[in-house]
Amino acid sequence: MSAVLAVEVPYWGQSLLRVLGGLVAVLLPAGTIVYLFLFKMMSFMQSRLGPMEAGPYGSLQLVAEVGKWMQKEDLAPENADRTIFKMAPLVVLVSTFLLVAVIPFGPDAYFTNFAVGVFFGLAVSSISVLGILIAGWASANKYSLLGGLRAAGQLIAYELPLVLATLGVVIQAESMNFQEIVVAQNTGAIFGFEWLGNPFIFTQFIGFLIFMIAVQAELTQAPFDMPIAESELVSGYMTEYSGFRFLIFFIAEFATAGIFALIASLLFLGGWGVPFVWFDWNSLDDVSWWMNLVGPLIMLTKMLLLTFIIMWVRFSYPRFREDQLQTFAWKVLIPLSLANIGITAILKVAV
Amino acid sequence: MTMLSDRQQLSYIASQAADARLNVELETEGMTLNIGPQHPATHGTLRIICRLDGEQVVWAEPSAGYMHRGYEKLTEVRTFPQVTTLINRIDWLGSFANEVPFILAAEKLMEIEAPPRAQVIRTILFELSRIANVSLFLGDLGVQMGAITPVFLAFRDREYVLNLIEGATGGRFHPNFDRIGGLKDDLPKGWIDETRQVMIKLQQFCDTIEDLLFGNEIFQSRMRGIGIIPADIAKSYGLSGANLRASGIDYDLRRDQELPMAWDKADWRVWTHPDGDSFARCWVRLQETRESCKIVEQLLDQIPAGPIMTKVPRIIKVPEGEAWVATENPLGEMGYYVVSKGDLGPFRVKIRSASFNNISVVPWALKGVYVPDVITILASLYFILGDIDR
Amino acid sequence: MPKVPGLIKGLGVTLGTLGKTVTEGAATVQYPHEKEAPPVRARGVIALHEGNCTACMLCARSCPDWCIYIEGHKQLAPPRRAGGKPRQVNHLDRFDIDYALCMYCGICVEVCPFDALFWSPEYEYSEPRIADLLHDKDKLGEWMETVPEAPALEAGAQSK
Repeated sequence: MSAVLAVEVPYWGQSLLRVLGGLVAVLLPAGTIVYLFLFKMMSFMQSRLGPMEAGPYGSLQLVAEVGKWMQKEDLAPENADRTIFKMAPLVVLVSTFLLVAVIPFGPDAYFTNFAVGVFFGLAVSSISVLGILIAGWASANKYSLLGGLRAAGQLIAYELPLVLATLGVVIQAESMNFQEIVVAQNTGAIFGFEWLGNPFIFTQFIGFLIFMIAVQAELTQAPFDMPIAESELVSGYMTEYSGFRFLIFFIAEFATAGIFALIASLLFLGGWGVPFVWFDWNSLDDVSWWMNLVGPLIMLTKMLLLTFIIMWVRFSYPRFREDQLQTFAWKVLIPLSLANIGITAILKVAV
Repeated sequence: MTMLSDRQQLSYIASQAADARLNVELETEGMTLNIGPQHPATHGTLRIICRLDGEQVVWAEPSAGYMHRGYEKLTEVRTFPQVTTLINRIDWLGSFANEVPFILAAEKLMEIEAPPRAQVIRTILFELSRIANVSLFLGDLGVQMGAITPVFLAFRDREYVLNLIEGATGGRFHPNFDRIGGLKDDLPKGWIDETRQVMIKLQQFCDTIEDLLFGNEIFQSRMRGIGIIPADIAKSYGLSGANLRASGIDYDLRRDQELPMAWDKADWRVWTHPDGDSFARCWVRLQETRESCKIVEQLLDQIPAGPIMTKVPRIIKVPEGEAWVATENPLGEMGYYVVSKGDLGPFRVKIRSASFNNISVVPWALKGVYVPDVITILASLYFILGDIDR
Repeated sequence: MPKVPGLIKGLGVTLGTLGKTVTEGAATVQYPHEKEAPPVRARGVIALHEGNCTACMLCARSCPDWCIYIEGHKQLAPPRRAGGKPRQVNHLDRFDIDYALCMYCGICVEVCPFDALFWSPEYEYSEPRIADLLHDKDKLGEWMETVPEAPALEAGAQSK
């Protein structure tokens, strides 16, 4: 981040910039997804218009909703364990913010450049399970408890295919660093054809499918939304939350959707980059500075494309049953992703 | 899945689960979950008391009566024309169908019959209210399982039917259009052509729902083989309507009894399904909506000219006697047992509503299933709270 | 042709609806800005033609939930023909309908022997306070303007 400005920024300034950048990187995708997909696309798919009154075409509806939630009373059930009941949404949100830390938006536009970014990202993404589990437990509500337990079982079951699907990419890129994965995709070639680079969606298509299915489950979007399951468990672990704590859950849900879409675009769609052949770049050092500005836009576009698919599926499908979900994860997705890893590894060594 | 054999054994297990001191080692403590009265899946205020072992239901009991409005008692202090207003509100999604059996029972006591034109129009409106009722079921089915789009499509297309009912009767939900001896008014001009167009739209809606929901593999895996009600159980619990036909019993009061209505003038068939599971119940309802569209389309061509009312006195006094008339309503068999003492109003009315009997099978059908299946089985049994609690 | 999986078909349905909404517009109406015209027969509100009412109480008695309140008194009206005797008429003092109780069944309109009550499709008369839904005869008389002509009947109908 600091190099973008091309001036020396003191450490506290850098930290401030990173915090602000992180806020933007979390809230901007969340807001865009909620307005574009939750408000508008869903409404259009149901032949209605969605919110139209607040702002032009209802674009300020989310601001109005946030205002509404902020002024609601912060309720906690009488028997709830108040401290951890109030803590739970924050734990979920922390996981979202930690996730965004490893995502590069351009050659220099990143918050941190971990050598093991993929590893870190997948690790912190499962912190949200803790938040959901303690939310379900602390609410002192049977529906919340069932929802929390379902969420824990589901998120742990789908963490595995998520990790295993990523491994294929890691093997092919020979790195766990997101930047190097991006560079590997944009400098690569498919069958000697360089013009498109080598986005791993082609070579790792099965991995991509597994990753997207697992992301759908990680985000608890339909058809995997049993933890919330509004017709069975009222609202699952969120049943007892109101006001801004519900808002935090809500932001975390959609921000995480955006961030997982960003990660998927980094892993499979070439991330912030354009194929380096277009501009005769050979490595990360050749990339022009303006990619730091165009990169985030490219990322945003790819994220919208992927969240469109996530939301489209969400609005079309009914949900699985809990045991069917587990069966699907353990008997279909995990063997498939293991096979994918095996084949990738064999091809990598052989070719 | 442990399927328990009978009810005694169930209550025994339930008492054991509560009495954990008997066998502490392997017993997990049961949890009582109240599904309802305020629950999104109970379409109102039905309460189902479930005893859970993990997510598995060990014992379930429906507890009705949270919305009891005492219509049977109220009818005793109303005159015959006023009663139709009340009974409109029993099954509020297919209101017109509620009026018909009561009016037929009163007509039976007075030994009159509606003129042929009124009979055909009555049948058309009856089937329209069935479409209005069942199309909402088809959309609601998705919501019970987390698919939010079907219900909006159902509301969109149901609106056309409601507009038709409103255009003819004046009331969207509560038509109050049936009178002893005929109908309140004739159809307004242009109504028949409009109905033809709407029937085409509704058939398209059935196709849409079939593509969006019934063909969906997730939907099928949730519905097939779940909540199987065999034919003998269905009979012994007094199920009726699509729930009974889905268990393979070919029984439809529209066809199987003689009534002064016009169903015999149309060419249609009664759908049954051999499986008796949740999917069968939903599938039979989908087919019935299509059949209803066909019935309406055919009857529109056959409306005879003539009066809409027979000669009835301005102040209606129904002669002394007792009459029972039941019809095949959207939810199942609905009947009225009317006792008259020759007064302005009935002396006693017993209302047999379909949903009350249909949910009585719940304790049997829910044992051993998972909580998500509770919702799908309830959804597929399809009850309307007003029809349970009256 | 091989069978298309239901999952794909379902996605097609939602995308199709999306396209249809974008190109042809939504099925919904943006209510306060544009309004749907209810059918002619719609039972929106009961209008009172005060001149026809004789305070005979038939409507109040046949109402299933007794939401009509009528008060009247007898008075002498000037004779119709010059030199005749003054007639005794019922004068309407109060005609209130409590729309918070009304079930919109239409029995009152039907039993009225003097054509004093009519249905109007007017529907925008909600009130923030439930007590304000009790409307008096002046308000009911204002709705007379919105009462439409009875619609023509479908072919084959016998006019009364």
